[in-house]
Amino acid sequence: MLKYSLKRLLQSLITVFIVITLVFLLMRLLPEEGYFGDGYDKLTPEQRENILRKFGLLDPWYVQLKNFYSSLLKGDLGKSIIYRPDVPVIDIIKLKIPYSMTFGLAAIAVSLLFGLSMGIHTARNKGRFWDKIWSGYVVFINAVPAAVYLLFIQLYITGLKYKGRSIFPMLFNRHNPRSWILPLISMSLGGIAGYALWMRRYMVDQLNQDYIRLARAKGMSEKQIMVKHVMRNAFVPMAQYLPASILLTISGSIYIESLYSIPGMGGLLVDVIQRQDNVMVQALVLIYSSLGIWGLFLGDLLMAIFDPRIRLEKKEGAR
Amino acid sequence: MSQKELQVIQAIEDEALFTFAEFDPEAAERVGYSDYSYWGSTLKIFFKNKTVIFFLILMASLILFATIQPYLPNQKSSTKIHVSPVTGHPLQNQEPSKEHWFGTNVIGQDLWARIWSGTRTSLLIAIIVGIWEVCFGIFIGAIWGYVRQLDAFMTEAYNVINNIPTTILLMLLAYILRPSFRTMVIAMCATGWLGMARFVRNQIVIIRDREYNLASRCLGTPTSRIITKNLLPYLVSVIVMRIALSIPGTIGWEVFLTYIGLGLPIDTPSLGNLLNEGRQVMMAPALRYQLIFPAVVLSVITISFYVLGNAFADASDPRNHY
Repeated sequence: MLKYSLKRLLQSLITVFIVITLVFLLMRLLPEEGYFGDGYDKLTPEQRENILRKFGLLDPWYVQLKNFYSSLLKGDLGKSIIYRPDVPVIDIIKLKIPYSMTFGLAAIAVSLLFGLSMGIHTARNKGRFWDKIWSGYVVFINAVPAAVYLLFIQLYITGLKYKGRSIFPMLFNRHNPRSWILPLISMSLGGIAGYALWMRRYMVDQLNQDYIRLARAKGMSEKQIMVKHVMRNAFVPMAQYLPASILLTISGSIYIESLYSIPGMGGLLVDVIQRQDNVMVQALVLIYSSLGIWGLFLGDLLMAIFDPRIRLEKKEGAR
Repeated sequence: MSQKELQVIQAIEDEALFTFAEFDPEAAERVGYSDYSYWGSTLKIFFKNKTVIFFLILMASLILFATIQPYLPNQKSSTKIHVSPVTGHPLQNQEPSKEHWFGTNVIGQDLWARIWSGTRTSLLIAIIVGIWEVCFGIFIGAIWGYVRQLDAFMTEAYNVINNIPTTILLMLLAYILRPSFRTMVIAMCATGWLGMARFVRNQIVIIRDREYNLASRCLGTPTSRIITKNLLPYLVSVIVMRIALSIPGTIGWEVFLTYIGLGLPIDTPSLGNLLNEGRQVMMAPALRYQLIFPAVVLSVITISFYVLGNAFADASDPRNHY
């Protein structure tokens, strides 16, 4: 187990290194205006050159890369240029992560709860009325872009009134719990559909397997079969992706946070892209793209704990 | 052992005990004949589904109409700003009427014409991206699957690229390249093929060493026949399905990119642009038609493609044939 973990850790470190380097080099292509702040048009060419030199952008790329890594190791991601001038990026995102993570984690819990039970229910009632209704839901959520249905949910559900007051406020307010409900539901809809679809397929597959037939022949009850065999096995593939989805809650949800004006991370990348704050764009992209790698690393470890076969076999192929 | 038995053995040994069979099409036909036809069964199952027929007709008429709409009589331009003949002011935010079937938008353009023009733009992007995804994805996937020496390297490369969230890759590319039709297509082509390549690679690795392929090869079946009869049916169905499914996906990404301000320029109507225009006026209930019409057309298109793609995938799976 230790050997496997160390091997995977090393692998992830290398991947992170490659990704960060790639992203950093890609960032050299960003439009130059993004380094000057608001008064771009008023600057003389000499002033522009001075600013670029201050950022070290006129050095050859390998010097830039070296400087970048040495400040990264000190935990320095740079300072915002336009978004909030001269405030370290770390301080900006520190305030925003709690909102995104709280909503994200709650949404994962809701989607797991409803998605899995919906998947199990439809698999056991295959072809009946509710199965069809639920598959209609899954098709709708998967086919129609989230931007469309989320907009209509906000538009029409916040219009519902009780005694002349909206039941669900249109915008997020930290002190009004009722305003947390709609963003949470919106955030879970996709997850519910995803987990339900996966669980249904998995169940239908597994219930025809020999080991289930054997368990039935041994006289186990359906409930015991579900809990001890099907669910235990179903947890293994899920364990692989759960850490990644938990980590990725940090990045927040772009649509929902901007629809309900939640001051989280989701809108931040869009904001800094629109306002062309290159240092912020770079820092955020680096954070997001390495999150996924660490998520998969943790997922693989978790999976190896739950399924002893994995660490013994030679890992083959892509996930 | 009697003398007689020895003679029999001797006689048999005289003839060759084992010879390679010549490939004889007639004999092959006699042994391998069945009235099972892959495409026959696939289509039979596909068209048996009533939902499929419904969506097929719906989708076909939508696409047909979107294509021929500009050539029909009495159609308006999608970019012309209509002016009232009485007052000389632009006809802004006109509700649906006989003259403007879907009303007009904030600056007085005909929404009906814009929706069909937008549908054409979005479908065009989706189809280009879909075809590219399939061609490039299959090419990379085939190399990845066949050339064993490359497998480890390609797998690592895949893991690196796949770890950068698609959202971010798309946003970055669109940001670096500046919004335009070409940018949109390039950005989506750059990210879409990954899933396809992995899928093809996995299929090839699975199928390549299956017993029936081994058996075919031992029996001297030519490679071309193995490819067309044993391998291609798996892939062709996947190709059709992927094109079908990549269309709702691409339209979704287009809407997303437009939403965050990296979409097509405003003078090119697309479903994403129209939706965005509608969103800006949605707080006025009287103007909500500007959001609802594009949203309905977009949903009908994406749902039809999604349902048809999935139904075709089910129908083309040989395990569902009988």
